[in-house]
Amino acid sequence: MTASLEIRDLSITFGEGPDAVKVLPSVSFSVAPGECFGLVGESGSGKSTVLRCVSLLTTIWSGEVKIDGRDLRELPLKQRCRLIQMVFQDPYGSLHPRQSVRTTLAEPLRIHGLDDHEGRMKRAMIEVGLPVGFLDRFPHQLSGGQRQRVAIARALILEPALLLLDEPTSALDVSVQAEILNLLARLREERGLTYVMVTHDLAVVDHMCDRFAVMLRGEITEILPREAIPGNQATHPYARELIGASLDYEGRA
Amino acid sequence: MTDPILEVSNLSIRYPGASSEAVRGVSFTLGRERLGVVGESGSGKSTVGRALLKLLPGARITADRLRFEDLDLLALSEAEMLKVRGRRMSMILQDPKFSLNPIQRVGSQVAETCLRHFPVSRAEAKAKTLEMLAAVNIRDPERVHDLYPHEISGGMGQRVMIAMMLLADPDLVIADEPTSALDVTVRLQVLNILDGLVRDRGIGLIMISHDLNLVRNFCDRVLIMYAGRVVETLKAGEFDKAQHPYTRGLLAAQPRIGGPRKPLAVLDRRPEWTEELPA
Ligand SMILES: Nc1ncnc2c1ncn2[C@@H]1O[C@H](COP(=O)(O)OP(=O)(O)O)[C@@H](O)[C@H]1O
Ligand SMILES: Nc1ncnc2c1ncn2[C@@H]1O[C@H](COP(=O)(O)OP(=O)(O)O)[C@@H](O)[C@H]1O
Ligand SMILES: [Mg+2]
Ligand SMILES: [Mg+2]
Repeated sequence: MTASLEIRDLSITFGEGPDAVKVLPSVSFSVAPGECFGLVGESGSGKSTVLRCVSLLTTIWSGEVKIDGRDLRELPLKQRCRLIQMVFQDPYGSLHPRQSVRTTLAEPLRIHGLDDHEGRMKRAMIEVGLPVGFLDRFPHQLSGGQRQRVAIARALILEPALLLLDEPTSALDVSVQAEILNLLARLREERGLTYVMVTHDLAVVDHMCDRFAVMLRGEITEILPREAIPGNQATHPYARELIGASLDYEGRA
Repeated sequence: MTDPILEVSNLSIRYPGASSEAVRGVSFTLGRERLGVVGESGSGKSTVGRALLKLLPGARITADRLRFEDLDLLALSEAEMLKVRGRRMSMILQDPKFSLNPIQRVGSQVAETCLRHFPVSRAEAKAKTLEMLAAVNIRDPERVHDLYPHEISGGMGQRVMIAMMLLADPDLVIADEPTSALDVTVRLQVLNILDGLVRDRGIGLIMISHDLNLVRNFCDRVLIMYAGRVVETLKAGEFDKAQHPYTRGLLAAQPRIGGPRKPLAVLDRRPEWTEELPA
């Protein structure tokens, strides 16, 4: 299953009165069905906030978000969950410490009234490269990479079309990151999934994404194709600085 | 190498109650250079760094040699270590938020370091503080002096930590993931400051990091650690010549700008990597 995403004039303000902070003044971008779209920018620039708005973890935003041409806010909750799922950075914090993997995976199946729980859970485990026997493990019995696989399995079990990935490998060692990025790339290819992926690593963007947006203080400075990274073809000063620093950091200057 | 700052030979460390050693048989020598220590989480990098400062209460530290300049670190008492730590040997940690006192202005924290280590007046300490804040490229030292830790950015915090450490004029600096929490643009600025200081002042720097790009671009030599052991030592410019399959595996697993979009190589961990090297 695949879906397009269209965001127009997304804006959000936290707080009220004199303490109000406009975190996203007005963000617009579109993601094609099956595309991997990156969001980069300095910490605090609003990347996670964009994902939280699209997943409706935050609801106080204004603007327009469309999935496959349909208004996000008008989709019934259940349908929305079967279209959009999110994976967070911290595989420690995002799994309930006292829930087994089985409980974690069964909950969305139960809520959505799906049949064949056992079969779906087993297939999800195999899909993310975990032994089926791990269904009976608890988070503390899993490594960081294994926890992130469980988080991905949980996101996939409702067969969504759009995955929102918030720094899914930032907390992982490079060798484990490689496994998770390979898994995400394979799933996208096999299922035609659409990804929006927040990362601070432009090498990850270059490896995974088709296009990416560079954010600064809540605004998109520039949207670029991945091909613009190696030769730093950005035109906005901040986007140029970010790509330039990333190239320097890799020792390519 | 002219008069090494640090000589470590056959260092092993076991945490209290642990069934095995967290660090096993680590040996290296440090001159006035930047030595990287790289490896995955849990490989023992921070444990080595803390052992050099003897900041491992209850742990069993053994070594054939653990020498810092004229001092035999193994023989020093805690009282003697207090005179070494922060004065001749300093540590910079990942997150300045945890190292700075949240309810004290950053300037007075830096000045306190000065007062602790040197016989100076308050006014002299403040002058020295402002000079140091300027030395780490803080443009407006007077203003930053009066801010509280929560009022400064991560990059600024890390500069304040470096200024504080420099005031004591140490010979050895141990930086444990000093830039891991920073944005890449800020990371470079902080690294360049550290770099300049090491060069200008002839400090020996141990740079602990999980980040291959960082150590290969900002260090002179790099120790690669796996499961508590150093499996390989490389000149930073010669990572392409890495011999150990673990080092090669880490390099291949790293996505690169402009790299091919094939699946990334994954590590095939071998049991023999955790065994002793042949003598
Ligand atoms: N619930 C909230 N209330 C107030 N401010 C918030 C809230 N969530 C995020 N922010 C602020 O919004 C800004 C953007 O945050 P975030 O989206 O997490 O940035 P990023 O993911 O790019 O690091 C930050 O300044 C953050 O402090
Ligand atoms: N205070 C401690 N008590 C017991 N074991 C510890 C402690 N700190 C670290 N360890 C263990 O020692 C090993 C090395 O840890 P560490 O030096 O922190 O690795 P790194 O810095 O390379 O991530 C790990 O197996 C870790 O679990
Ligand atoms: Mg974020
Ligand atoms: Mg560490």
